Amino acid sequence: MARQASKSSLLFSGSDWDFKTLSRAYDAIEAIAVEELHLETYPVQMEIISSQQMLDAYSSAGMPLMYRHWSFGKHFLHQDLLYRKGGRGLAYELVINSNPCIVYLMEENTMALQALVTAHAALGHNHFFKNNQLFKQWTDAGAILGYLDFAKGYIVRCEERHGLAAVEAVLDSAHALMAQGVFRYHRPPKLSSERQREGLRERLEYEEHSYNDLWRTLPPSQQTANDKGHDLERKKSLNLPEENLLYFLEKNSLILEPWQREIIRIVRVIAQYFYPQRQTQVMNEGCATFVHYTLMNMLFDRGQISEGAMLEILRNHSNVVFQPAYDDPRFSGINPYALGLDMMQDIQRISTEPTAEDREWFPDIAGHGNWLEILLNAWADHRDESFIRQYLSPTLIRKWRFFVLGDAADQPHCQVSSIHNERGYAKIRAALAHSYEIGANQPDIQVVDVDLLGDRHLRLQHKVNDGILLEDASRDATLRHIRRLWGYEVSLAAVDAETGAAIHERSTSQIAE
Amino acid sequence: MPIFIDRRLNPKDKSLGNRQRFLRRAREELKRSIRDQIRTGRIADVDAEHAVPMPERGTGEPSFNNAWNSGRRQHILPGNRHFSPGDLIPKPGQGGGAGASSPGNTASEDDFRFVLSREEVLDLFFEDLELPDMVKLSLKEILAFKPRRAGFAASGSPTNINVGRTMRNSHGRRIALRRPKQEELDAILREIATLEVVPSSAAARQRTAALREELDRLERRRRRIAYVDPVDIRFNRFDLRPVPNANAVMFCLMDVSGSMGEREKDLAKRFFVLLHLFLKRRYDRIDIVFIRHTHLAQEVDEETFFYNTQSGGTVVSTALEEMHRIIEERYPAREWNIYAAQASDGDNFAGDSERCIALLNGKLMRLCQYFAYVEIIDEREAHIFGTTENGTSLWRAYSEIDLRWPNFQMSRIATPADIYPVFRQLFGRQPAPRKRA
Repeated sequence: MARQASKSSLLFSGSDWDFKTLSRAYDAIEAIAVEELHLETYPVQMEIISSQQMLDAYSSAGMPLMYRHWSFGKHFLHQDLLYRKGGRGLAYELVINSNPCIVYLMEENTMALQALVTAHAALGHNHFFKNNQLFKQWTDAGAILGYLDFAKGYIVRCEERHGLAAVEAVLDSAHALMAQGVFRYHRPPKLSSERQREGLRERLEYEEHSYNDLWRTLPPSQQTANDKGHDLERKKSLNLPEENLLYFLEKNSLILEPWQREIIRIVRVIAQYFYPQRQTQVMNEGCATFVHYTLMNMLFDRGQISEGAMLEILRNHSNVVFQPAYDDPRFSGINPYALGLDMMQDIQRISTEPTAEDREWFPDIAGHGNWLEILLNAWADHRDESFIRQYLSPTLIRKWRFFVLGDAADQPHCQVSSIHNERGYAKIRAALAHSYEIGANQPDIQVVDVDLLGDRHLRLQHKVNDGILLEDASRDATLRHIRRLWGYEVSLAAVDAETGAAIHERSTSQIAE
Repeated sequence: MPIFIDRRLNPKDKSLGNRQRFLRRAREELKRSIRDQIRTGRIADVDAEHAVPMPERGTGEPSFNNAWNSGRRQHILPGNRHFSPGDLIPKPGQGGGAGASSPGNTASEDDFRFVLSREEVLDLFFEDLELPDMVKLSLKEILAFKPRRAGFAASGSPTNINVGRTMRNSHGRRIALRRPKQEELDAILREIATLEVVPSSAAARQRTAALREELDRLERRRRRIAYVDPVDIRFNRFDLRPVPNANAVMFCLMDVSGSMGEREKDLAKRFFVLLHLFLKRRYDRIDIVFIRHTHLAQEVDEETFFYNTQSGGTVVSTALEEMHRIIEERYPAREWNIYAAQASDGDNFAGDSERCIALLNGKLMRLCQYFAYVEIIDEREAHIFGTTENGTSLWRAYSEIDLRWPNFQMSRIATPADIYPVFRQLFGRQPAPRKRA
């Protein structure tokens, strides 16, 4: 009866949507999100797009504007094929970390789905983008669209002036190094690198001017004594070692024209922009999923969503958080939506109805009572790796029945090292957290030395962790790209990270062009 | 309240430019796979979409990747049912060495086929035929349309305004709405003028005032009801009607004796494909008849035509006779446009060439719209034969016909680029000056 009475307060009925209903639903959802969940978001800009446009967005890294490059065309063909064959459905939404926050809604969505998507993207993701430290520190939501616009225009101008092929060559090479084109640990050096290069150039000029052949005749002993210090000084002047290869090439390559440097910079800036997103998949999706699930239930409890619509919402929700077991043919890794949501709901449980085990593991949040405060802090302060390291509970490990499989390449067998038991909890938690550490899972390659005054041989070092080497073919191809940007010989030495022992060295002089 | 933007009406194909860039990059490889498909496919299928595999070269996007087969790593998996610590699990695909499946290495993104549109296929096909651009354009055009008057429309471009119809509408509307005519106004003005000449009496003043009021009313009404209103305007409407098309039949004649090898047949096929494309542009319905011959001729299907070899001598006239028989039987020249294309390496049985001349002169050339003969020669022979009138017996015999019939074309082909000149006359409006290369 109560439900009958509240019929008029329904946000929508039926599956068709129009802009008025969308707007009313957004207002209601936002009001409840601010009031109950204390979410804080950027203003929202919702854009209705068709499936074709969604495919377009997929192939340009989800951005509304992007410069042109053949590789996007290739990705489009691939996505298009998967979609047409029915191998993959399209996302219901796409959200861009910008200010205002742009949310794409598919026109095919029913009204119930649009409401779900609004809660998920326009509030959940949006809140995360605005409040998470990583995004706050490393990306500039207000400027990204303007920057992309500039980048697109700049590359078009370059193509007009220098030809498609020349621009494409630089982009190809820069794309190959995108994963090595981010600052992981420190932000770009404060001292303007322009000035630094200027200084270097002046020094070089001075040395040229004051060149005197007599110096060469000095006894060699003095030089060798100086050598070590000289080396160090040289590395220091170039800020070596440098993990950001694109940055290093942009600033120090001697063969690049200014426009080529700018293009590398564009690729680098875009790579850096996406870096936080890659580190916060579980958190980001977990936050959005938790928000939409909680908000939709609240709306339903208040009688603003009908039972039919709620059923549809729940069905979609459970599809999204579906996690098959490792031996299921559908298994394709851990579903970040499922893990994120489970962990956040687990935090909610621990803070309100903790068990003895929880009190032991999480003394500061067990029984804390205010789960929202804990979650808001977690959303603000953590990335996947630290979040899991801090909050994955034994209860959840048992629920997911996690186990760790040790896999050494030289063994014919994999070995189960930990399972969900008393001894395994901490190990599983550490291993899972580690697997979300991007820095540890991507090859660690740095510029270690280059003698700009000598043969200009660029020396890279690959710190080999756990004996994991690089794949030969792609390594050679990528080295060729670096050589193209650097202009002189490039070599990559693989060095064991723990012992420091050299494993092997590969130089572009060994690779055919 | 969020901002809503409806993007659905934005231009589609935002990534078309990227697709074009990609195709350009992979051009060589795509060209090769299209050529392979044309070699193995049917002539009529060239003019359609084709699915091609992802090119391997030039489209890779390398980056530093960890090699999956080195080092020690840990997998964290959900859904453990029966494992205990210390359990050993054999790795998949390593026991017998037969299974090639490597974890995380299956179904690479680069391993798929995609579809090229008809235009893109034709572009690639035309690449080394060296067709003039106009011809490429006209071949890609699907049908010729001709605008035809078809009544009137309420919208259109200003150049198409039909003045008569527009004025008729305007006239009718003016009558219906009782737009005051100029004559009425003039009459009132005249009356006022006459009244004002006479020294004023009270009645006259009253009359004048009434008239002025009436005049004012009429003028306002005239202003409100336009002389020509937008609703009156009618435009001539044009319908695009396809140009009437007739039926055509295309005879492919080829010598299939042992001397015709893989290369010769490939060139011949391209020659036939091009003729078919051209005919398809002009005619709604095209039948293709394949006649192969050694010392005997027979009508065969396309498969047999290109892929079966036969041993035997070479008697060209048998093919011409067969063609004549089929025309008599199935394709009366009054209803069908008959095109013939003959490919050969120029060998013929001694004395048979005379018979060919007689057949062509006497019967066939009268029936055919166009008869093209290509002689496929070795690239090394090209510069020897290229400039001379000498040549094989068939060449010499056909040279005579070439002089006599304007709808006969002949050429020697050594490379794909030589094919087009044979058709030059077909594509040109006027018969191009005949040049023998």
